[in-house]
Amino acid sequence: MEKFTKLTGTACPINQSNLNTDQILPARFLKWTRAMGFGKVLFHDLRFDAEGREKSDFPLNKPAWRESTIIVSARNFGCGSSREAAVYALYDFGVRCVIAPSFGDIFAGNAVQNGLLTAAVADEEAAEIMEALAQMSELPVTVDLEQQTILCGNRTYKFATDPIRRMRLLNGWDDLALTENYRERINAFKADDKIKRPYATPREQL
Amino acid sequence: MRRDDGESLLWVDRHYVHEGSFHAFGKLAERGAEVAEPGLTFGVADHYVPTRGSRRNIANPELARMVRQLEDNCARHGIKLFGLDDSRQGIVHVVGPEQSLTLPGLLVVCGDSHTSTHGALGAYAFGIGASEVAHVLMTQTIWQKKPRRLRVRVDGVLPPGISAKDIVLAIIASIGADGATGCAVEFSGAAIRALSMEGRLTLCNMSIEAGARCGVVAPDAATVAYLKDRPYAPTGLAFDQAVEAWSKLATDEGATFDHEVALDATKIAPIVTWGTSPQDALPIDASAPDPTRESNPERAQYLRQALDYMGIAPGKKLTEIAIDRVFIGSCTNARIEDLRAAAAVLAGRASKVPGLVSPGSTLVKRQAEDEGLDRIFREAGLEWGESGCSMCVGINGDVVGPGERCASTTNRNFRGRQGPGARTHLMSPAMVAAAAVTGHLADVRELLHGRKV
Repeated sequence: MEKFTKLTGTACPINQSNLNTDQILPARFLKWTRAMGFGKVLFHDLRFDAEGREKSDFPLNKPAWRESTIIVSARNFGCGSSREAAVYALYDFGVRCVIAPSFGDIFAGNAVQNGLLTAAVADEEAAEIMEALAQMSELPVTVDLEQQTILCGNRTYKFATDPIRRMRLLNGWDDLALTENYRERINAFKADDKIKRPYATPREQL
Repeated sequence: MRRDDGESLLWVDRHYVHEGSFHAFGKLAERGAEVAEPGLTFGVADHYVPTRGSRRNIANPELARMVRQLEDNCARHGIKLFGLDDSRQGIVHVVGPEQSLTLPGLLVVCGDSHTSTHGALGAYAFGIGASEVAHVLMTQTIWQKKPRRLRVRVDGVLPPGISAKDIVLAIIASIGADGATGCAVEFSGAAIRALSMEGRLTLCNMSIEAGARCGVVAPDAATVAYLKDRPYAPTGLAFDQAVEAWSKLATDEGATFDHEVALDATKIAPIVTWGTSPQDALPIDASAPDPTRESNPERAQYLRQALDYMGIAPGKKLTEIAIDRVFIGSCTNARIEDLRAAAAVLAGRASKVPGLVSPGSTLVKRQAEDEGLDRIFREAGLEWGESGCSMCVGINGDVVGPGERCASTTNRNFRGRQGPGARTHLMSPAMVAAAAVTGHLADVRELLHGRKV
C-alpha cells in the first residue's frame, strides 16, 4: 500500500450530506474488476445524465476540479454499503483524501486499507473550506498527516483521524503482514478456544 | 490479543461470502494463498440471483458469470455453498440465522453492511470491505478497535399494526443516519424483549442505517427457542451447555454506556420515509417537510434536493403520495413473519399497482406456500418470486424504473438504489401491503379492522 504523508492538490467541494456509497459507485458497476477502471464511473449518476452526458453543475465536472486529488464534503460521507469498490473509484480517479465532518464506519475502514485518507473536521470547518473553494476554485489545499493539519488559503485546520489508521497510512502498513507476526498465537488461541467454546464450532456440514 | 495501539486481533467464528466477495478471492489468487478455515466459511448466492425464470440456466450471461464465479471459488477452497441448486439458498442474512450458523456470542463477519442483522441472536456481527474479507479468508482473524457503546431502550407495548421496522425507522429518524457511527448498539427494553426473532433481525439489520458498527439484542428464552433443533446448532447436552454459556452474555446490571437513547413504544406510529436517506422518516399521518419553513439554510437545501429527487411537493400529505409499484423482500423484511403481516392486509383484496414478493430464503418460500400465503399475494395481483437480494439493490435485473415510485420493505431509500432514477419509500411489510391495496402511502391501521394480525 502507498504511504500517505503530505499532499498538496486541487480540492473539490461536494456539499451534500450522507453521500453514500451508492452515489460514489452505483451498484450496477460492482460486477466490474478493478482493471476495468472504476475511476471513470466515480459518482456516475451524479456526474452523468441518463444518456451518459456530463452534468455541468456537478462540481467534479467543472474545469477547475476535474483533476481533484481531494474531496471536501458534508456529514456522513461514505455511509451505506460495504462496497470497497467505492474506495477504488475515488482512488483510481486520483483522489487521495476526503475531508468531511464524519464518515461511514466501513467506508473509513476500507479507505485506510487502500491508502485513502479520511480527515474529519467540524461541520462549520467543512462548510468553511467548501465555501472558500466555491469562492476561489483553484485555491490549493495541503493535507499534512504528520501534523494532522489542513491548509486552505491562509487558514489552517486541525483534523481528527484514528491514531491507528494514521500510523498505517504514514507507514503504508498492510494488515496481512502485521497479522503474520501473530500466527503462533492465533493457533494457540484456536486450540484453547475449541475447548472453552465447543458450541462455536459448527456441526458437521450437511 | 491487543496491540499497544489499542487494536485487537479477534478470531472470526463465522464468515459468510457471496458473489460480491470475488475481489477478495482475487486477492488470495494473487498471493497463491489458501482459505485458513474453510469449515468456518459459508457461501450463499444472493446478490445476483434471478428471482424469476430459470435459475439453473440463468439467461443473463453476466448474472450467470457472477453466480458461477462464487461456485468456483467455494469449490476451489472447500467452502460449503448454499447455491442455486440448494433448497436452503436465500439471502445470506436470512440463511445464516435460519440454519443457526449464527449463534449467540459468535463473532460474525461478511462483506456486506447488513451483517449487523445477525446481532439479533446476540452475536457480534458487522460488515467489512473486500480487503478485510481477504484478510479473514487468509487468517480467520480481524483487527478491531473497541467501539463506543450506545444503548437504545424501547419500553412499553407496541400498538397493533406497528412492527420492528417502525421501531427502527423511528430510532434512525431520532438519532440520524450517523447517530450511531462508531458504536455498538444494544437494543433493550420491554418492547424489544417482546419482539420475535424475526422482528429483532429487522431491528439489528437496520442499525447500520444509523451508522452503527453493529446492533445486538441480548440472548434470552426467545433466542434459545428459536435456535433449538435448527440444523447447525449444537444438540443434546452440547446445546444445554451452550445455553448456559449464552446466558452469561447479557449486559451486566448497572453497566455504563457512552450514550443512551430511550423511546416509548406506545407512541410509535407506522412510519414511512419521504426522502433519500433512512433518517428522512415520518409517521404516516404527517406531511412532507416544507423547506421554506426551515430556518437552517443547509437543511433547507437538503430538503429541497431530496423532495425534488423524490418528486414530492413541499408540505404534501404523505397519504396523498401515489405509488407505481411495491416490493416485499430483502434481508430486512422477507422472513415468514413479514410475509404473514403483508398477507394479513392483502387477503381478499387486490393490489392497485404491480409488485414483486421475494421471500428471504427458499425455505421461507416453501413455508409461505405451505401456509397459502403465495396464493394471497398472487390473487392480489402481485408476483411471487424466488429468493435473493432482488429489488433491494437491483443488480439481479429486478429494478424500479426511472422516476417510478416504489413502496418497499427494504433498507435504503438512497437515490438510484433500486435502479437509476428510482424513488423508494421504506416501510414495514404491512404498510407496503396497505400502499398496494390503496395505490398510495396509507395507514395500515385503517385496513386492519376485523383482521387477525
